[in-house]
Amino acid sequence: MTRARALLIVPLAVFVGIVVLLYSGFGLGRADLLPSALVDKPFPDFELPTLAGEPPRRSRDDLLGEVRLVNVWATWCPTCAAEHDELARITGETGIGIVGVNYKDDPNAARAWLAERGDPYLFHIIDAHGDLGVDLGVYGAPETFVVDAAGVIRFKQVGAVTADTWRDSIAPVVASLQAAAP
Amino acid sequence: MTPLRRQRAATVLFVLAGAGVTLAVAMLALEQDINLFYPPEQVVAGEAPIGKRIRAGGMVAAGSVAHDDTGLGVSFVVTDYQGSEFRVDYEGLLPGLFGEGEGVLVAGQLRADGVFEAEEVLAKHDENYMPPEVADMMAATGEQP
Amino acid sequence: MIPEIGHFAVVAALVMAMSLAGAGLAGAATGRSSWVDACRGFAAAQAGLILLGFVLLTVSFLRDDFSVELAAAHSNTLLPWQYKFSAVWGNHEGSFLLWTLVMAGWTLAVALAGGRLEQAFFGRVMGVLGLLNVGFLLFLLLASNPFARLAPFVPQEGNDLNPLLQDFGQIVHPPMLYIGYVGFSVAFAFAVAALLSGRLDAAWARWSRPWTNVAWAFQTVGIALGSWWAYYELGWGGWWFWDPVENASFMPWLAGTALVHSLAVTEKRGAFKSWTVLLALATFSFCLVGAFIVRSGVLTSVHAFAVDPERGLFLLILLAVAIGGALTLYAMRAPAIRSRLQYGGLSRELLLLVNNLLLVVAVAVIFIYTLYPLAYEAATGGDRISIGPPYFNRVFVPLMFVLAGFLALAPAARWKRTPLTVLRRIGVLFGIGAALGVLVSLLLGGVLKPAATLAVALATWIVATHVDDFRKRRGVRPLGYLGMVTAHVGFAVCMVGVAVTSEYSEGIDARMAVGESVEVGGVSYTLTALDRVRGPNYMADRAVFETDEGARLVPEKRTYFARGDVMTEAAIRPGFFGDRYVTLGEPVADDAWGVRIEHKPMVRWIWLGALLMAFGGLVAMADGRYRRLASRDAALAPA
Repeated sequence: MTRARALLIVPLAVFVGIVVLLYSGFGLGRADLLPSALVDKPFPDFELPTLAGEPPRRSRDDLLGEVRLVNVWATWCPTCAAEHDELARITGETGIGIVGVNYKDDPNAARAWLAERGDPYLFHIIDAHGDLGVDLGVYGAPETFVVDAAGVIRFKQVGAVTADTWRDSIAPVVASLQAAAP
Repeated sequence: MTPLRRQRAATVLFVLAGAGVTLAVAMLALEQDINLFYPPEQVVAGEAPIGKRIRAGGMVAAGSVAHDDTGLGVSFVVTDYQGSEFRVDYEGLLPGLFGEGEGVLVAGQLRADGVFEAEEVLAKHDENYMPPEVADMMAATGEQP
Repeated sequence: MIPEIGHFAVVAALVMAMSLAGAGLAGAATGRSSWVDACRGFAAAQAGLILLGFVLLTVSFLRDDFSVELAAAHSNTLLPWQYKFSAVWGNHEGSFLLWTLVMAGWTLAVALAGGRLEQAFFGRVMGVLGLLNVGFLLFLLLASNPFARLAPFVPQEGNDLNPLLQDFGQIVHPPMLYIGYVGFSVAFAFAVAALLSGRLDAAWARWSRPWTNVAWAFQTVGIALGSWWAYYELGWGGWWFWDPVENASFMPWLAGTALVHSLAVTEKRGAFKSWTVLLALATFSFCLVGAFIVRSGVLTSVHAFAVDPERGLFLLILLAVAIGGALTLYAMRAPAIRSRLQYGGLSRELLLLVNNLLLVVAVAVIFIYTLYPLAYEAATGGDRISIGPPYFNRVFVPLMFVLAGFLALAPAARWKRTPLTVLRRIGVLFGIGAALGVLVSLLLGGVLKPAATLAVALATWIVATHVDDFRKRRGVRPLGYLGMVTAHVGFAVCMVGVAVTSEYSEGIDARMAVGESVEVGGVSYTLTALDRVRGPNYMADRAVFETDEGARLVPEKRTYFARGDVMTEAAIRPGFFGDRYVTLGEPVADDAWGVRIEHKPMVRWIWLGALLMAFGGLVAMADGRYRRLASRDAALAPA
């Protein structure tokens, strides 16, 4: 009888093993973990048209001199719309300059989108075919990079910038960079 | 043993033996069909086996896609934007989402001359999807021109 | 306001589910019949409220209310209305709302039909179903709220539905599949209630059988629709890919098939009780594991919903509690039941045991395949592997052949002991089957392909033994028997389709310019035109092929406006004995395109067979014997 009982526990034991295996799956191969090797590499060179049209083009030099956020966004991306207010709040409160990369988008739609929601950005460059996106290793919009005064990427956020991610992971990086090079 | 017990013992034995043998066969078959994934860095460094079915992936280098003039042969370069890149030869139709500058996953064999002979080409699924191996590799190495 | 009301309705439904769980379980435990009776009201309220929530979400989609995040992300003003409708469940949140709706629907059905059940048992069944939906609704509300708003800025235009899902098959496939998936929760609830009450007898099996049959039938249709969709919509002629998401629906189907058969033995002979209970628990467990696989992102697949580890963790906890709890109960209570039964060498009991064994091993084979890459990655610290589908040819296909062989013996087999005289007749019928197998193979390709020949031989044998038995039974053909025969013939038809398509398909990838011709399977295809056309929400390259049989095939390659997605729209000329299948690849030069032209003989038999199987399940469900005997059981049951 005891042996028969032991046999009946087998399904439970197998199941526990499966749950442990499935749980271990969470830690593996997560694309949204910080790509550490990207940090401390210079922001790729670019020379692209601007959304405002004035000046007509911007290049990597326009990023330099201050700590900036570079935000990859598009009108086709609902998360970008959700993130928009938070970016406005951040630049309003901290004064940090945000550069927009309008990614694989229709420039007219993008202008209308900004006209409606307000434009807290320093300026926007148009990456119509995603070439800069390729250089930046963009998975999808939105993504946000912290770039230091020398034009080196110090942090990458895949997905929306929220009050939580700003407070917990981005703001500390920005603060330490600003403290290091006033 | 009573006939009933004997029958039960025989049934249990039969069930266990049948299930055991089949699962052993399954595991053996599984071992044969495993395809390992290699990023461009390892392909270039010669860490990937020659002539064995493997998978590799990265980004399709811009301007590298070339169709031949007569058939459906096509070749392109897969790169990790870290200086490691290799050529892929493929005979057949490319998937609809295949494109330069997009993520790609190829399955096939590496030839001794370093060219990857693909039997299968998988492209990234949509804006928000990339073959997981490629996404991981990009995340792990970062990619700078 | 509309989405808020919907949200509120679902919150209220959660309260109803909690009340249902509490009233059912506590009422059964304390013997308060008024509490148990209240379950019907709670079940009805739960179903009504979720339906309201679902309808209101659908209204938001139809009205292009892009302030609802889900609509903004998955719909578009240009989307044809029927796809706005199906876009509601073409995403994680909406499809899970559908899941809870189906769950509430099943609960209500059991509540309405369960009048003949013994009071305490009915209470426990209601309680378990209520508890399950508490879990699902919590997951919906806490981790995947479909009613979330995009505030304060509202997009002018939505992101559009993935074009792969803009299709009739995708309107019907998910609801069918969910009715099946979730339907197994009824067998699960019956099993848990039986374990709780210690009443694991033939009556329990009799109650479970019709419910299990219906769930199984719907899941069969759901899987067949999914396969059919993949065939014409993915554009490359494949109808099954052994993809984790497909496996997630196939594993519970196989386990459910085993359950349907095992329940028969338990009902008729009182045997295999512990085993049948375990199968009932396992079948629904595989449904939950499947939902986890599809929605957690732990295993990647082209079909999977967007990855969200937080949701995955929530689901994993839900799964661990539901299945872990049931299996713990099983380990504690199942020993109370032992079957004392003898059966002979070729009895129906033994055949059904073999059936169960083969199906469970088949599940294990797929399960190992699906999870092995994960285990490998965990063990090696991050090496990614994939396993090639040839694995299935070596392991799964032989299993199915053995299963088919035993299936042919099924109608002749009798309970306890099968008289040996019938075996001779079966042997003769096998001879007929083998001859036909060889003949069909030769007619199809002029060459003998072993797997196809064997499949046709076995299938003919199955049909022959069933028809033979059917003729002999003149006058004694209850619906349960007719259902079985239909389903078994369906299996044979499906097997022929699978084997013949796999072995005798022909196809080429060709480079073609206008005016050029190629020949495939004795038919000549000429590319007569190439142009660009505009659809409601896409632009397309369109090619026109004409065959020397006089057929016109027009495949397209579409680019959808909203997301820039590219889709291949295959041109298919269907036929009972084979399809002509043309896909447009890509331009390889200024005037030439890469195209794929295929002949897929008997491919439709796969889905036809599946439909027959499902129909058989429904016919068997309608058998009045279950209900008459169930009433008798209830009358005899101790109050």
